[in-house]
Amino acid sequence: MDLIIPDFGLLFWTGLVFICLLFVLTKFIWKPILSAVNEREEKITEALELAVKTKAEMQTLQAENQNILKEARAERDSIVKEAKEIASKMVADAKDNAKKESEKVVVAARQTIEAEKSAAIAELKSQVATLSIEIAEKVVRGELDSSDKQKALAEKLVGDINLN
Amino acid sequence: MSLKNRLNFLYIILIAILPLSNIFASENNNSELKNDDKKSHEKEFDVSEMIMHHIKDAHEWHLWGPEHGGTAVYLPIILLDNGLKTFSSKNFYDGISKTTVDKITNASVDYLIGVGPAAEYAMFHEKIYKLNNGELTFEDGHVHGSIKPWDFSITKNVLSLFFGAILILVIMFSVAKFYKRNGAVAPKGLAKFLEPLVVFVRDDIAKANIADGKHTKYLPYLLTIFFFILFNNFLGLIPILPGGANLTGNITVTLFLSVCTLIITLASSNKNYWKHIFATPGVPIALLPIMIPIEMVGIFTKPFALMIRLFANMTAGHIIILALISIIFINQNAAWGALSVPMALFISVLELLVAFLQAYLFAMLSALFIGAALEEAHH
Repeated sequence: MDLIIPDFGLLFWTGLVFICLLFVLTKFIWKPILSAVNEREEKITEALELAVKTKAEMQTLQAENQNILKEARAERDSIVKEAKEIASKMVADAKDNAKKESEKVVVAARQTIEAEKSAAIAELKSQVATLSIEIAEKVVRGELDSSDKQKALAEKLVGDINLN
Repeated sequence: MSLKNRLNFLYIILIAILPLSNIFASENNNSELKNDDKKSHEKEFDVSEMIMHHIKDAHEWHLWGPEHGGTAVYLPIILLDNGLKTFSSKNFYDGISKTTVDKITNASVDYLIGVGPAAEYAMFHEKIYKLNNGELTFEDGHVHGSIKPWDFSITKNVLSLFFGAILILVIMFSVAKFYKRNGAVAPKGLAKFLEPLVVFVRDDIAKANIADGKHTKYLPYLLTIFFFILFNNFLGLIPILPGGANLTGNITVTLFLSVCTLIITLASSNKNYWKHIFATPGVPIALLPIMIPIEMVGIFTKPFALMIRLFANMTAGHIIILALISIIFINQNAAWGALSVPMALFISVLELLVAFLQAYLFAMLSALFIGAALEEAHH
């Protein structure tokens, strides 16, 4: 029976010790520990929230970057395309010009050739005339170097005129 | 708990390991005559008496040797009897042993009469009585007609209580110092070990049972009660001097703790709590004369159950370990240690779990009762 009968002396000491313990622990121990733990937990929560926020920001940034990249790519493509067009146009123009130039050159050459040709022909003609005259002179001289021949010619000429 | 038997327990382990056990066994078997001789001048081993002696409070801290005259730490006795009287309990244990006859049952009763400063007093079953004409008279197993002075002695349990409180303070101060010095950083050392427990009490005991953020007000009490029970439970499992007392298995201590919970519950109760007791919603008015007394009793049965639960669990653990160790002494053969030691070891490990579990349950149920008293109507 002693086992389940409370003892006053022990009750007194238990009460005294427990109440002192409760007071001291509450004032000097639980408060600093709990405030430190709470503070840390708040810090951790804040850090986690910040991490989530940062992640979201990173994602938007990434999306923006992607957009910018896409735009840049499109721009590059258009620039390249334009450049290609310009280049091909330039090449075509150049070709046209070259063609025209060459045609002009050909035409001019032809004209020159024609002119040269006609000049050459004219000169040739005059040369031939001169040469023919010289040859005729020499032939005539040869024919007419004796008086017989001159008489014969005169006769013949006279004969021709008579006949007419 | 049983320091004497824990020491014997170590002794038995040694014997079980060394092949000496056979020698002891044969000696015991072959010396029946010797045993008979022993019995004539030594009391036979009484298991229940030994166990009861160890789980109850005492004015000495018995270490080893026979119950009287062995090695013990004699604790101070403080009596309030026409002024404060203090003396060593040695004056009782080394006092005059007296045998008398019970007036009703006619059984013989032994008690101790003090010597020196304790000459006016006698001790019977660790209770101190004032002598009546130089003796005590017994009726039906109880002391009759003698004054019982107020006994504020530093008993085994009180000393253990002091030690437990100092241990909690030392450990917790070092933890608090860590936070004061380092601020809100990741815990290290003792703080790393104790912080999860503090957070556990805060989240799983206080926050889970007391709603609407009101738990912060009750958290210091719940933390104190949790660590008080936990540390003292563990101390009770240590067989060496500062531990080993059955403090949390003492009805006085559990009574005090449960009364604290009761007072806090009643002090924090709101209108809704009393409405549930005096006009339980949904109960026909005709039934209220039956329901009100039941609800009134219910206020007290809850802390009463707390008191009994802690007391019974811790005392039972101590009893089982002692009983298992006693197998060796009942059979008077060290070879039984091969059975009793592993079983006692198993129960000791189980007691570690129980020590934690009971601290948790006490704090958790306290929080639950407080939470129920604070609950707002939600119909």
